[in-house]
Amino acid sequence: MFLYSLTLQPATGIVCATYGNFTGGKTQEIVVARGKVLDLLRPDDNGKLQTLLSVEVFGAIRSLAQFRLTGSQKDYIVVGSDSGRIVILEYNKEKNLFEKVHQETFGKSGCRRIVPGQYLAVDPKGRAVMIGACEKQKLVYVLNRDNAARLTISSPLEAHKSHTIVYSITGVDCGFDNPIFAAIELDYSEADQDSTGQAANEAQKHLTFYELDLGLNHVVRKWTEPIDNGANMLVTVPGGGDGPSGVLVCAENFVIYKNQNQPDVRAVIPRRQDLPPNRGVLIVSAATHKQKALFFFLLQTEYGDIFKVTLDYDKDDQVTELKIKYFDTIPVTSAMCVLKAGFLFAASEFGNHSLYQFQSIGEDPEVESSSSTLVETEEGYQPVFFQPRKLKNLVQIDDIESLMPIMDMKVANLFEEETPQIFSLCGRGPRSSLRILRPGLAVTEMAVSPLPGVPSAVWTVKKHANDEFDAYIVVSFVNATLVLSIGETVEEVSDSGFLDTTPSLAISLLGDDSLMQVHPSGIRHIRADGRINEWKTPGKKTIVKVGYNRMQVVIALSGGELIYFEMDMSGQLMEIEKRDMTGDVACLDIAPVPEGRQRSRFLAVGSYDSTIRILSLDPDDCMQILSVQAVSSPPESLLLLEVQASTGGEDGADHPASVFLNAGLQNGVLLRTEVDMVTGQLSDTRTRFLGLRAPKLFSALVRGRRAMLCLSSRPWLGYIHQGHFLLTPLSYETLEYAASFSSDQCAEGVVAVAGDALRVFTIERLGETFNQTVVPLRYTPRKFILHPKQNSLIILESDQGAFNTEDREANKKEAVEAADSHENGKADGEDEDMADGEDEEPLPDEQYGYPKAESNKWASCIRVLDPKTSTTTCLLELQENEAAFSLCAVNFHDNKELGTLIAVGTAKDLQFMPKKEASGGFIHIYRFADEGKVLELVHKTPVDGVPTALCQFQGRLLVGVGQVLRIYDLGKRKLLRKCENKNFPNTIIAIHTYGDRIYVGDIQESFHYVKYRRDENQLYTFADDSCPRWLTASLHIDFDTMAGADKFGNIYVMRLPQDVSEEIEDDPTGGKIKWEQGRLNGAPNKVEEIIQFHVGEVVTSLQKASLIPGGGESVLYGTIMGSMGALLPFSSREDVDFFSHLEMHLRQENPPLCGRDHMGFRSAYFPVKDVIDGDLCEQYPMLTSELQKKIADDLDRTPGEILKKLEDIKNRII
Amino acid sequence: MQASDRFNINSQLEHLQAKYVGTGHADVNRFEWAVNIQRDSYASYIGHAPLLAFFAVAENESIGRVRYNFMQRMLLPCGKPPDRDQED
Repeated sequence: MFLYSLTLQPATGIVCATYGNFTGGKTQEIVVARGKVLDLLRPDDNGKLQTLLSVEVFGAIRSLAQFRLTGSQKDYIVVGSDSGRIVILEYNKEKNLFEKVHQETFGKSGCRRIVPGQYLAVDPKGRAVMIGACEKQKLVYVLNRDNAARLTISSPLEAHKSHTIVYSITGVDCGFDNPIFAAIELDYSEADQDSTGQAANEAQKHLTFYELDLGLNHVVRKWTEPIDNGANMLVTVPGGGDGPSGVLVCAENFVIYKNQNQPDVRAVIPRRQDLPPNRGVLIVSAATHKQKALFFFLLQTEYGDIFKVTLDYDKDDQVTELKIKYFDTIPVTSAMCVLKAGFLFAASEFGNHSLYQFQSIGEDPEVESSSSTLVETEEGYQPVFFQPRKLKNLVQIDDIESLMPIMDMKVANLFEEETPQIFSLCGRGPRSSLRILRPGLAVTEMAVSPLPGVPSAVWTVKKHANDEFDAYIVVSFVNATLVLSIGETVEEVSDSGFLDTTPSLAISLLGDDSLMQVHPSGIRHIRADGRINEWKTPGKKTIVKVGYNRMQVVIALSGGELIYFEMDMSGQLMEIEKRDMTGDVACLDIAPVPEGRQRSRFLAVGSYDSTIRILSLDPDDCMQILSVQAVSSPPESLLLLEVQASTGGEDGADHPASVFLNAGLQNGVLLRTEVDMVTGQLSDTRTRFLGLRAPKLFSALVRGRRAMLCLSSRPWLGYIHQGHFLLTPLSYETLEYAASFSSDQCAEGVVAVAGDALRVFTIERLGETFNQTVVPLRYTPRKFILHPKQNSLIILESDQGAFNTEDREANKKEAVEAADSHENGKADGEDEDMADGEDEEPLPDEQYGYPKAESNKWASCIRVLDPKTSTTTCLLELQENEAAFSLCAVNFHDNKELGTLIAVGTAKDLQFMPKKEASGGFIHIYRFADEGKVLELVHKTPVDGVPTALCQFQGRLLVGVGQVLRIYDLGKRKLLRKCENKNFPNTIIAIHTYGDRIYVGDIQESFHYVKYRRDENQLYTFADDSCPRWLTASLHIDFDTMAGADKFGNIYVMRLPQDVSEEIEDDPTGGKIKWEQGRLNGAPNKVEEIIQFHVGEVVTSLQKASLIPGGGESVLYGTIMGSMGALLPFSSREDVDFFSHLEMHLRQENPPLCGRDHMGFRSAYFPVKDVIDGDLCEQYPMLTSELQKKIADDLDRTPGEILKKLEDIKNRII
Repeated sequence: MQASDRFNINSQLEHLQAKYVGTGHADVNRFEWAVNIQRDSYASYIGHAPLLAFFAVAENESIGRVRYNFMQRMLLPCGKPPDRDQED
């Protein structure tokens, strides 16, 4: 078996971010790292964040920094990754790609303890960069310019210190003096030696300044001083004329200003009232805002509160006071960026990211905490409290969807649509959600208006070629035409000159400013001055089809006669040529007139005899047939569309575009054939089945470029996104006819007719594979199942360290009461405040998070959800500190009258630290009531551990409790033990069954194959894996085969050898299995690994599904970073050869951007086996055309053929 | 094998031990070995963002807090070192 791995949805979570002027213009862009993907984002004029570029780097990006050489206008990006190399990138605006400026190797690859890459710090003047590891190693590179003003990088200078853990590094702003880097360091050498533990207790963190002496070209430890032992992060303070220089040391509960020759200035971080006293407050992300003569810092705590930190300093740059002021609360971020345009980009660590706009910058002089109000008592510094409030300084203007983390995922067609839906559990805590994903683009409906009949067609038309917006919407009915004028409102008009007593076949702008209406009996040409020229069909013939652009019109008369018209210099429509086709014409199309030309050269004609012909429109060989293509079914609609073969530039200017003839056939297939620009020959046909109806093709505008709308049983959009031609379904209902639409409310929309309504919609979030419907949940979702009959979802949710709803309500009430009594005690003058307090609605938990409880407190619930209406029909909150972890649907064979029951495994008082233990576990059995809407508890069975896996097995219940696998049967009061096997290595976390074979997944030791012998009532483990695998997801593939994913981001498939499998099955006495000796401390037989692949992200769910109707099944996976991918089995050896060669060439010619070896990355833990990396192959269209040609030549193909292959295989997945 | 060669290999080993933290030697004890493994593991967790997120979800803490906790635990990952004298 060979698999083709393709990421369907790239990671949506963000690890780190930086911002700067990467395009070299005035605007600021954001570069974000999403694990192994590097994205360039920019907020557009409407405050929506757009992705300019997204590159998969095949490595783990751990840190990003941006720097600018003095006097330059453009910023560079430094990337710290797991490649053991420092990489400096520059964004090339023309070609729209990241260019690697420098790549310097300094160590081994991989995320190692002493190999730098974890931390990056740049000198604020862009003269040097420091790259550090968690321990010991720090390297400094000097950046400079050569004579040609190119960036140069020096050889590394070492600033190592052994036995030292580094928490954070940053560049100190000291103007144009020698660059200085600051680091928080902790020396552990003594703690390792001292058996009394005293040295460890006394271990002290230090703040160390490393100075790079530019004259001597070496690095010295300049200054080191002990700092607070809770220190975790450094923030640069502006210096060199803009501020006092130095650093802010963020520590647990404190922010401390530190610099050489200055005393420490310390202030406490305010804490929430409801925070348990033993919890600290840690700063997790920071942003600096710097203007002329003003700077401040925004620091976010681990609870999401943002504080504004300002410094007061005197003329000698001596800092006198550090002030901390509560700013606002937003979900916890992994990075924040303050943009000059007044935006705050907040990259959430889990869940959706946001773009905020600043309303104010918290200028109110009152502060919560300051260094001058610091009070030291005997127990330490006195805490300062504050109360979170609603957003005051920030307004959210964009929400960027993120699936991170995907906790569980299933594919099913519960809505009975054409393609199945993906149900995924996402998010954490109060921001959890169930997201229903459908392949396709999301559509925003702008208007739906009923029409006085069933329309057959719709067009939009401008009054003048230079107009920005459309002037009319014209709708054709069976026997009439309706003209609507677009203005403030859309209303019917009769002065347009269009004939309204006849149906229309085409409406268009002709020349610069005249309009054309084609109706069955003629062509009506409406000149700008109101004159009307009418051309009538000869005899009783009627016009059946028409093809047109702004200069040319071709009509097909009944009987198969084609007449070609062209606009002459005076603006008259002149008949040029006729031609008789042998039969009726099914469809026609002419491409738009190319820029700077008189006419378009080709006419495409489809006939009912299942052929498509290309005719010339050149005066020399007018209406001559240039080429013919026979197709499988009569064509219904044709469209000539230009497609850039490759990227290169935001508009692909340096690559010749190729013209594709798109044909929608009556059997629902879309054909895309390349048309030779010179000869008109057709080659390279690609087919794709779109739906049950013949696709009708229309041109539309997407980001200013021509794109294609295909209306089959569902609408599709074909457009170019970052160099790829994508054909994606739209999540919208079936449409009859469509036209592009542009007005001042909606720049790029589509107007369409369906039924008796006119619909206007826009298409958003281009480039995304899935669109989502979100159903919010209460706690972190853990697992879910689909109820087989009722089409409902049963979801388990549980949160550690949280209060359950009752406690939360009680606490709130208490707080309110306390506040009331407090207020009452005050003087009457405070009435105003009280009124405020009463008006205030409770703060949304999604924004502020749940109040923290002790880590052994759990809140958990079981939910029954009807996905069709997105309503929860039943929600059971678990009591007594129980938390649910496993569930399954089970039919007990002895109690058929009960029907399907739900078994839920729970743990009581579970804690992970210092040791994982629980005071007990239970298996709850629920039965459905009220037509499956409500769950009712049947009984609850205590077990001796946490039941972490449940599965139905031959009408009984299989339970994994720690190391024990047990079979239970249903009793009246509780479950009854029937059989058990105690010999599993750690904790059973997954059970699958097939026949009498049981597949048990252990948390640490991969799968175990178990056989149940009914006659002996025994469970035998007969095979296991020889590799330790920290299993996170599992999938049963066939009788001998299992797929699994481990904690380190690998996906693997293992299979029991055929002979062993047969031996086990053909063992009538069972003596062999019983007496066989174990091998390698395990079962007697070992499974073989047949597939091995490193995804690079923790895979949390695996599913076998087909996302396209009639397509083959592939393995889908979802990861903690919110990405989704598929592994498709190859169907032919030929394809395997082709793709493995393509992959090999791409590895050679197109090494990953951040310096990690591609093969090394995919084999990070185990050597990759029999998987071809589609993500690498998909980079082929991004290469320069010379490189594409070179690779294609080596493969004995043309670049077109390779692109077609890539498209074909992608179309087999989605 | 000549005496100088052996010396050479030893010096190479010493060089490796100085350069790469955690390179073992003949007399490494259980504690030292475990400490190394633990520190390597924590460094790896910190370096792999998806793993850090995985732990953060499990512990219901913010990623920043989990990272900090792991860094802190690198100081004394296996508890107090054994008494040298007792071991001999």
